[in-house]
Amino acid sequence: MGLELYLDLLSQPCRAVYIFAKKNGIPFELRPVELIRGQHLSDAFAQVNPLKKVPALRDGDFTLTESVAILLYLTRKYKVPDYWYPQDLQARALVDEYLAWQHTALRRNCLRTLWHKVMFPVFMGEPVSPQMLAATLAELDVTLQLLEDKFLQNKAFLTGPHISLADLVAITELMHPVGAGCQVFEGRPKLAAWRQRVEAAVGKDLFREAHEVILKAKDFPPADPTTKQKLMPRVLAMIQ
Amino acid sequence: MGLELYLDLLSQPCHAVYIFAKNGIPFELRPVDLVKGQHVSKDFSQVNSLQKVPVLKEGDFILTESAAILIYLSCKYPTADHWYPSDLQTRARIHEYLGWHADCIRGTFGVPLWTQVLAPLMGAQVPEEKVARNRAAMDQALQWLEDKFLGDKAFLAGQQVTLADLMALEELMQPVALGYALFEGRPQLAAWRGRVEAFLGAELCQEAHGPILSILEQAAKKLLPVPPPAAHATMLRRIARIP
Repeated sequence: MGLELYLDLLSQPCRAVYIFAKKNGIPFELRPVELIRGQHLSDAFAQVNPLKKVPALRDGDFTLTESVAILLYLTRKYKVPDYWYPQDLQARALVDEYLAWQHTALRRNCLRTLWHKVMFPVFMGEPVSPQMLAATLAELDVTLQLLEDKFLQNKAFLTGPHISLADLVAITELMHPVGAGCQVFEGRPKLAAWRQRVEAAVGKDLFREAHEVILKAKDFPPADPTTKQKLMPRVLAMIQ
Repeated sequence: MGLELYLDLLSQPCHAVYIFAKNGIPFELRPVDLVKGQHVSKDFSQVNSLQKVPVLKEGDFILTESAAILIYLSCKYPTADHWYPSDLQTRARIHEYLGWHADCIRGTFGVPLWTQVLAPLMGAQVPEEKVARNRAAMDQALQWLEDKFLGDKAFLAGQQVTLADLMALEELMQPVALGYALFEGRPQLAAWRGRVEAFLGAELCQEAHGPILSILEQAAKKLLPVPPPAAHATMLRRIARIP
C-alpha cells in the first residue's frame, strides 16, 4: 500500500497538505473524511487517528497525524525543491519559527473567525453574540498585523525570497476568514501582494481547486439535529 | 558575539531551552524577568517584537519559539543524535508530538500559574468555573499523552529521550509545582517522568526548576514583585483568553 492521505479540504491544515502533495507530484490516495458529516468521529477513522482529527497520513504501517509533522515528513521522504524547507540552517530555523508561532496565533484566530461568523450561526443554527464576534475579529486583526510586521516585513515571502512551508500554512489559514466573508487583505497591500505571489507559486488552478469547499462554506445547508448533536462537544472544545 | 539566550526560568519553554543548552552548548544567559515586565521593555522589544521569551540571538540572527530554537541548537551544535534523530519516522514522531503539544498542552498547562500566582499579583481573579474547566482539559490531555503518545514506549517518540520529552516534561512541571498531583494514578506517566529526570540528572533539574518549585512560597511571603503597569495590558489579555 502506498501513501494515503485522510483529508477534508474544509480544514485549513488539510488544504496545506493537499496542495503540497499535489504541487510536488507526490503520488497518494485521497481518503476523504467529511467533517461536517462527523465522519472523523467514526470508529473506522479512530483506528487511523484516535485523536479523531484530520489530516492523517498512512504510509504502509506508519501512521502520522498533525499537519506540520506530515508536511515535514513529505519534505524529507520525497524529492521536493529545497525552498520548501531549506537545508540552510538559519533559513530553516525561520520556517520552524513560523510553524511554531502559527499554532497559537493565526491558526486559533482564523478558526474562531470562521466558526463565529459562519459555522455557528448558519451551519449549527447557534447564534453568536455581536460582542463575541467583535472580539474574535479584533483578535484576528492584531494577528494579521503581526503576520505583516514580524514575519512578512518587506520580503517577498514570510521567511525569505522564496516560498516555503510557512507561506503555504499561512495562506491556507487566511482563506478561512476569506471563506467566512472577511476582507482580510483589504487595506493591507503588502499582505495582498504576498497572497498573489503565493498563489502564483502554487499555481492558480491548484489553489482554486483546494479552496473550492471553504469558499462555499457560507452556503452550507444547516446541520440536521443528529449531526449537530454529534459535532457539538468537539466543536465547543475546539473553539473555547 | 557568541550565542545569547534570553530566558526567564519561570517560563516552561525557557526551562526546556535552558536544560538543553546546559548539555555542553556555550551561551550567555540574558535573564528577562517576566513578573517585573522586562519582556515589554523597549530594550527587549528590539530583540523580539512579539515580547516573548525564549529568544536566541547569535550575532545578527534572532530566533524565537522554543521548538524552533531547540531544533536549531540540535542541528548547529554537536549534541547527541537521540534528541532530534535523523531517522525519518522518529523525527516525524517528534514533530507530531510538538504539533499536538502546541495545541493541547502549551496553553492548558500554563493556566494554573496565571490563576494562582500572576492574576492575584494584579488583583485579578479567574472564575472558578474556568479553573475547573482547565483542570478537566489537563486530565483529558494527560490521558492522550499516556495513551496516544507514550503508549508502552520508554519515551514519547521511541526508546530514547528526545526534544518531545523535554518540552512535555517542562510543561507538566509547572502545575506540579503549583500543587497539582498530575502523576498520581498515572503510573506509566510517572515512570516516564522518572526516566526523563534521571536522564537529565537531578542537579540540572533542580537548578532549572528551582524558581518554579518555590513560586507558591515566594507568593505567600509576598516576595514576588507587582508587575509594572506597562505589563498589565498584555497580562490581562492573556488571562482573558483562558477559556
